Amino acid sequence: MKPAAFDYRAPRTLEEALGLLREHQDEAKVLAGGQSLVPAMNFRLARPAVLVDIARVPGLDRIDLDDPGSVTVGARVRHLDLEHNTIPGPLGVLLARTGRWVGHYPIRVRGTFGGSLAHADPAAEWCALACALDAEIHCRSANGARVVEACDFFEQMAFTTCLAPDELLMGVRLPSLGDSWGVGMAEFARRWGDFAIVLAIAAVERDGDSVARARIALGGVAGGPVRAAHAEAALSGRAATPESVAAAAAAAAEEVDPTGDIHGSADYRRDLVRTMVTRALNQALA
Amino acid sequence: MSWTGRSLRRFEDPALVRGLGRFVADVADNHTGARHAAFVRSPVPAGRIRSIEAPAGASVFTAASFSGIGTICARLDRPDFVPLETPVLASDAVRHQGEPVALVVAGSRAEAEDLAEQVIVDIEATRPVLDAAAATDPDAPAVHRGLDMPMGNNVVLDARFATDELEAAFEAADEIVEIEIRAHRQNALPIEARGAMAAHDPGTGRTTLTAANQMPHMLRTALADILNVPEAELRVVTPEVGGAFGQKMCVPREYVALVAAARLLNTTIAWIEDRSENLLASWHSRDHSYRLAGAFSRGGALLGLDADIVCNIGAYSNYPVTFGVEPLMALAELPGPYRLSQYRVRSRAVTTNLCPIAPYRGVSRPVLTLAMERLIDTAARRLGLDPVRVRRTNLVTEFPYSMPTGLPVDPGSYSETLETAVEAVDLEGFRRRQQQAAAQGRYLGIGFSVFGERTGYGTPAFAARAMEITPGYETVRLEMNPSGDVTARIGASPHGQGLATALSQLLADELGVEPRQVAVVHGDTDAAPYGWGTFASRSMVIAGGATKLAGQRLAARLKEIAAHHLEASPDDIRLEQGSATVAGTSIGMALPEIARLAHHSSHRLPGDMEPGLAVSATYDPAGTFSNACHAAVVEVDPDTGAVCLERFVVIADAGVEVNPMIVEGQIHGGVTQGIANALYEELVVDGDGNLLTASLMDFLPPTACEIPDIEVTHIQTVTDASITGAKGVGEGGAIGAPAAVLNAISDALAPLGIEVNEMPATPSRLRELIRQAVPASTAETAAAGG
Ligand SMILES: Cc1cc2nc3c(=O)[nH]c(=O)nc-3n(C[C@H](O)[C@H](O)[C@H](O)COP(=O)(O)OP(=O)(O)OC[C@H]3O[C@@H](n4cnc5c(N)ncnc54)[C@H](O)[C@@H]3O)c2cc1C
Repeated sequence: MKPAAFDYRAPRTLEEALGLLREHQDEAKVLAGGQSLVPAMNFRLARPAVLVDIARVPGLDRIDLDDPGSVTVGARVRHLDLEHNTIPGPLGVLLARTGRWVGHYPIRVRGTFGGSLAHADPAAEWCALACALDAEIHCRSANGARVVEACDFFEQMAFTTCLAPDELLMGVRLPSLGDSWGVGMAEFARRWGDFAIVLAIAAVERDGDSVARARIALGGVAGGPVRAAHAEAALSGRAATPESVAAAAAAAAEEVDPTGDIHGSADYRRDLVRTMVTRALNQALA
Repeated sequence: MSWTGRSLRRFEDPALVRGLGRFVADVADNHTGARHAAFVRSPVPAGRIRSIEAPAGASVFTAASFSGIGTICARLDRPDFVPLETPVLASDAVRHQGEPVALVVAGSRAEAEDLAEQVIVDIEATRPVLDAAAATDPDAPAVHRGLDMPMGNNVVLDARFATDELEAAFEAADEIVEIEIRAHRQNALPIEARGAMAAHDPGTGRTTLTAANQMPHMLRTALADILNVPEAELRVVTPEVGGAFGQKMCVPREYVALVAAARLLNTTIAWIEDRSENLLASWHSRDHSYRLAGAFSRGGALLGLDADIVCNIGAYSNYPVTFGVEPLMALAELPGPYRLSQYRVRSRAVTTNLCPIAPYRGVSRPVLTLAMERLIDTAARRLGLDPVRVRRTNLVTEFPYSMPTGLPVDPGSYSETLETAVEAVDLEGFRRRQQQAAAQGRYLGIGFSVFGERTGYGTPAFAARAMEITPGYETVRLEMNPSGDVTARIGASPHGQGLATALSQLLADELGVEPRQVAVVHGDTDAAPYGWGTFASRSMVIAGGATKLAGQRLAARLKEIAAHHLEASPDDIRLEQGSATVAGTSIGMALPEIARLAHHSSHRLPGDMEPGLAVSATYDPAGTFSNACHAAVVEVDPDTGAVCLERFVVIADAGVEVNPMIVEGQIHGGVTQGIANALYEELVVDGDGNLLTASLMDFLPPTACEIPDIEVTHIQTVTDASITGAKGVGEGGAIGAPAAVLNAISDALAPLGIEVNEMPATPSRLRELIRQAVPASTAETAAAGG
């Protein structure tokens, strides 16, 4: 379990980093926290010829709260920084609740928000969260910048995004949820710190006793994160009751099409979807 | 005050916790010029090797390079046993995924892996057979083609035992309870995987193998026999070893290949196994299936037991204990601590295209205990009796007791541990709490397991298994050095147990020195006497017994010298606090003074006493049983199938505890592995024989987050089967825990009519059982409960 030979580069400016990516294209890989890439290299599943370490590129580790309607999380913000709720309002609560579920403490110290999205594990918490909130993903290459909607960013094949080989994920813009929003997160994994078998993220806008809008995203049930559109529809505009929660959860279980693996059959995952959506919604509505 | 019985902090730990322990990988890193090996392994579970192509000029060894080298093969002398030979590297057939086909040597491990990728092995894959039951089908492919299998296709052991009146017992029964138990394949998972460094010294012609291993002398003998070199040309050293649990007991093909290659290249070669290799191809464990039928009276008395046991032993045998250890131990010890007169059992070993099995902490006992304890609980539920009461009815209370197979059981505290556990968990209070929880839709459960752990058995016990290589005794060579401190050289080979500390405590009591003044030397065949190493909960009993005997001999010598110089009788000399004094007086000699004299003024020794202060002793006991009762309290989440362990209680009887803290540590570690076996760890292969759990992403040992506090209470029953009074305790934690956990889960799910008989009891398995029991369940409860 030793990586194949590679070159290591540590650019000090964004231009230099983008230049290296342009020069080496497919042969290069961005190194952020290394918590997914380095194991993959040790297994020789990833064999980049050049590693472009972005640790020294300035500006990527900021959480930008300047815009009242949104929060922009820099690509290199560590999982742990988000878990330690520094962001006000329900968005901060959701980020903190979700962050605790990402791996183990040492992994959260090193692993990055942008790295998680770029890696696009089908069970990654941040990917589901980005999808639930219709985050904007800011990307940049030597040729220019573009913004991609989260749900378009993830392909429905595991570990695949629309990032081009020479593109850097710069940051992610999330809507700051107002006080009318409630948030919930439920995950089932075999042990603390394991990737989810199934996870559900819910953000629900209340309008008195009823639900104005519901956003529900799931992880672990497809090649990438998915929105539970039928479940959202089943709840939006309805009274917030145990019955409507149950109906939404049943709709979510109905609309997913998971595949099985050694930790759970397709049936088991579908069954867990219902339970996790129920729990996430109950938390969001509490 | 005696040192025995004190929880001295372990002398081994300061180095380990400060990162100063030297493991084989450290030794290799610090060895200038060491080259590194990687193995090319079979990607398929069954096939014929057509060709192997290596880059020109590269150091690549295949079976052809090792012509003249023997196979690895240990035998049992019984008619129902088919010996299997393991080639050092696969020659024509490959029989399991990960089987080593070639060894490559390069300047570093990374370069060796690069080189291994360039070796092209062309294998014609054939249909594998993976499942033990399927393998016995006459039409199934033969794993060892051409080998005569008189007992059935792929059946390599078929042992039977029966008492005379089993049928009558079943006819007389009020209730016949039948269960099937399945224990899936697991990996012992020591934190340090395997690894070794073979250094050939062209000057002396000797080869030293520094290896992660628990039986250094046995390994030396095996290497000598297989490579056909005199044993004196070989030295085996075990540095710090990071856990073993049986996985480092049997002779690995990789170590043999390494020594052979080092001798051919006249160099030093290290191989440090990585986790993927370890999970794929080190040794696997468990993989047993049991079918039990118990004949019970209405009152819960066990009248007869009928068992059919099948062990999937994988593609090859192991050396020295053979695959026979799994089915034969199960056959001999299944009835456990329950009085039983009528017993019939058939126990088979079946070879398949899976990684070979080696003993793992407890060997067959975790599974046989699971089987018996599940039978008792199932019977209790069927008869409408309390499981504790059924245990009370059947537990052995009079000693010595003889199992139906003739195995003698020495005094133990089977009922006492049960009663103490019942109190410790407040069974009545728990039952009330369980009912209240049930009213809220929550599933709480409690499970007990009572078992005996056969430990410290010497040559006679192993001889009963008809082993060609019969382990058993231990020797200790003891010397007081001129400076008055003591060196004990032992054949046992501790690897994390703290044995050096405990033996020092025994010697301090015999010799009147401080434990700190004792150095224990082990794990070097050039420095330690021939012995069998550390396994089977034997070291405190056997090496401890030999240590005590040697200590007594040395004490007698010291007393004789002191008596001579103090003009007293040896009987009046006391060895205390570093001196030999005449009882009741202040007249005495300091031990260093005696030691100087014995070594440096030997002309002043009494009579014809030989110079120096070296003695030796050997101990070879028949064996004893320690025992314990485990109790687990769980809550099962019916919506996910997850099990949360609320409490884990152990009432343990290990006889005299030389160092209670070490005993407790062994129990904690064992219980943790038992919980791992019960709930988490499983090696999964797909239908084509590919291992799907090839990394720690998928093979799941629990972490500190998943393991509850383990509450241990001690009971001590004296035995004269061990001269220190100590009974072995290394395996008990692992033996009892799976049964307690699965009984607790079954108790929790009893309202749904679910009995859990498969381990590990994973969430998906439990949820499936719950869904079958309650078709339209139950996210509604979660919704309502919120
Ligand atoms: C034991 C263990 C448990 C884990 N458990 C979880 C878990 O439960 N949930 C979870 O979500 N994750 C888990 N992880 C993964 C962890 O969260 C990683 O940190 C994360 O997936 C990747 O982030 P990173 O910064 O470490 O990225 P790296 O490993 O450095 O990179 C990952 C990939 O993203 C690319 N990349 C990284 N940053 C950028 C960028 N700015 N622009 C373009 N491409 C980029 C890299 O080229 C690479 O392909 C676990 C990891 C381990 C080792």
